[in-house]
Amino acid sequence: MSFLKLVSRFVLLSTLLFALQACGGDDSDQRSAQTETEEPGLTEFELEHGIGPITERIEVDDEIDQELVTQGRNIYEMKCEMCHNMEGRMVGPELGNVMERRSAEFVMNFILNPSGMTNNHPVGQELLQEYMTSMPFQNVKEDEARAIVEFLRDYNQNN
Amino acid sequence: MKKQKTKTLRGLLLGGGFVAVAAFLFTGCPSQQGMMDTGDAAQKVYVAPGEHDEYYGFFSGGYSGQLSVWGLPSSRLLKVIPVFSQDPETGYGYSEETKPLFETSYGFIPWDDSHHPHISQTDGDADGRWIFINANNTPRIARIDLETFETKEILELPNTGGNHASSFVTSNTEYVIGGTRFSIPYETDLDVPIDSYSDEFRGALSFIAVDQETGMMDLDFQIVVPPYNYDLGRAGKGPSADWVFFTTYNTEEAHTMLEVNASRNDKDFIAAVNWRKAAELVEQGHGETISAEYYHNYYEGKQGYAINDVKDQVTILDTREIDDEFIYYLPTPKSPHGVDIDPTGEFIVGGGKLATVIPVHSFSNMLQAIEDGEIEEYIDGIPVLNYDATIAGEVENPGLGPLHTEFDGRGYAYTSVYISSEIVKWSLETFEVVDRIDAYYSIGHLMITGGDTVDPDAQYMIGLTKTAKDRYLPTGPKQNHPAQLYDISGDRMELLLDFPTIGEPHYAQAIRADKIVDQVAQIYEMEENDHPHALLRIADNRVEREGNTVHIYMGATRSHFRPDNIEGIKVGDTVYIHLTNLEQEWDVVHGVAIKGANNAEILPAPGQTKTLKWEPTRTGIYPFYCTAFCSALHQEMQGYIRVSAEDSDVDLAWRTGTN
Repeated sequence: MSFLKLVSRFVLLSTLLFALQACGGDDSDQRSAQTETEEPGLTEFELEHGIGPITERIEVDDEIDQELVTQGRNIYEMKCEMCHNMEGRMVGPELGNVMERRSAEFVMNFILNPSGMTNNHPVGQELLQEYMTSMPFQNVKEDEARAIVEFLRDYNQNN
Repeated sequence: MKKQKTKTLRGLLLGGGFVAVAAFLFTGCPSQQGMMDTGDAAQKVYVAPGEHDEYYGFFSGGYSGQLSVWGLPSSRLLKVIPVFSQDPETGYGYSEETKPLFETSYGFIPWDDSHHPHISQTDGDADGRWIFINANNTPRIARIDLETFETKEILELPNTGGNHASSFVTSNTEYVIGGTRFSIPYETDLDVPIDSYSDEFRGALSFIAVDQETGMMDLDFQIVVPPYNYDLGRAGKGPSADWVFFTTYNTEEAHTMLEVNASRNDKDFIAAVNWRKAAELVEQGHGETISAEYYHNYYEGKQGYAINDVKDQVTILDTREIDDEFIYYLPTPKSPHGVDIDPTGEFIVGGGKLATVIPVHSFSNMLQAIEDGEIEEYIDGIPVLNYDATIAGEVENPGLGPLHTEFDGRGYAYTSVYISSEIVKWSLETFEVVDRIDAYYSIGHLMITGGDTVDPDAQYMIGLTKTAKDRYLPTGPKQNHPAQLYDISGDRMELLLDFPTIGEPHYAQAIRADKIVDQVAQIYEMEENDHPHALLRIADNRVEREGNTVHIYMGATRSHFRPDNIEGIKVGDTVYIHLTNLEQEWDVVHGVAIKGANNAEILPAPGQTKTLKWEPTRTGIYPFYCTAFCSALHQEMQGYIRVSAEDSDVDLAWRTGTN
């Protein structure tokens, strides 16, 4: 890239930044949050556990909570099974062993923020390229995503 | 067919030279255009891409039978809500869920003429819970909920011919009103000579109670009145909130050539009904129960099939039988069309379409006249009050053919004037015209944003006109009906936009968007899907046979159906495809259509289940596919159904995913 081009880019960029800031207001927080996720500069946590509402490690007991498993199974059967198999890939990846590949937080973030994950997370981007279908948000609440994780852990342990 | 170069000479549009000359003599020169500088006007209606309008406008479809939703001021069409007419685009009136909504005591009726949308109110102000709209031809009232923007209920009105004076609500939506435009014999299917009109025909004013929780309608009672034509109605406000007002014409009781025969009397009536007192009389047992067949169609749960509740009786109050006074006639010149109540509830404005003035009655004068016994005569037990005792003023020089009036809450009224095709603005203090502006062309109703409430916003006004003629690029002998958007925030009315609409936009209402935008649903939640044939567990997708009836429980998501290969259907079967859209993302819609089905598509919204009925008549392989462009792999979203001969032994089978 020529020096001239660099300079002109710099000028353009600073003008843009200025324009943005000049017109900004109380949405500046939102903008910076957006900038963070759009850039590859993800935090260690995000790289490991995904981007979304789960921002810190959650407690996962070694023992399986069977009540939670039942709840998770019901949601899975209503909202996930159209596209996922436990054994073998379908529209999306197989899920029988997903808990071996990903952390609980990662799976929850993928369920709760699928477009953020496929747009901004390297693993999500890779999966989108492989499967060519964006995973939709299925109106699953945070506690429900936790229940699905429990169901997937249970399946993984028993199969 | 004649090709005609139309100049915008108003005279040409008036349909008769005499009327044109009369209009000219009467109103003087056409008013100044009142069109603001084009740049200013453009800026006022400009809503940037991605930005939202300030108001929702709900325009009736007239002879389309539907209700269209517009963003104001940009005047962009947001949606057409199907109500009284079948809509192949959405499968409304074709799907098994919605077909029952069209059932009446006359059978399945696929069309009607929808005229007056009215938004539910609390304390005299629009609250945006529901919007009601009337069917004119086969008298009905529909309720549309403003969470899903879908028709949820339709109630038929018995003893009614042409439900035109409808579907206006009272101040707290206690009642929605209906009124018979054409008086008819009261008893069901009475076969009498037409010239027995005065003896056998009667008018009906209907009072439909509304459940405040659910919005469900119930025909509480009907008032039997003399056989005039009951044209329009409005509820009172504030001090007059216990009253509703209906215009009448044809007090001559003509039954032929009404154009001439119903225009003889100098005055007809505005009927003032104390609905609260009438309701009390009914409660106290003064009503009479008579037989009457009518349909009440509604959904019992959030989803599923509309049901038909067939009613067989109605309670009536006959003014000839009851001593208590609860209805009064206010003489009003001449064949009045609209009756409109100002935001304070004091002024009752008649649109005397053949009158040379706009008559304005005073509600407090009316109460005084009742107290003072200023009664000219009784007609079937109804006191006719003295005109001079109730009138507050007459607006002179309003133009030819004043029809409807709305108010800005700042002391001014705006009246549409049909024959001279204009809107006149006049003062409620002086009853003098202060401004006038042209309408393009032949204006019927007008509407002020936030109007017909105690607190109009009065930023914009919409004129709903009957012919477009040369206003847009020509599209054949019939043009779409236009509407005009005016700015009424200043002293003068100013024209901002002129745009074509759907059907005949007969009347409209507009509500501030922020009053309802947060309640609008983005999905049907799967957990709340109570459709009896919903696919709530994906693994339960299946095909079931009961004799010659086959039920297919199918799911749809981006980008496949489950099941998508089905065999064992036979010629002569009646097949129901119950398609559940398993998406939970806003605005992701799937549809299904199958080759040769004598039906429309179905188009379930996210989380919704819809049922398509199909009766295959030929053997073969029938492809079906998703009709909504849902994803990059939309073209892959397809399936096959094999139809075998009636006596074949192909087993019922279904599968997905294994080639």
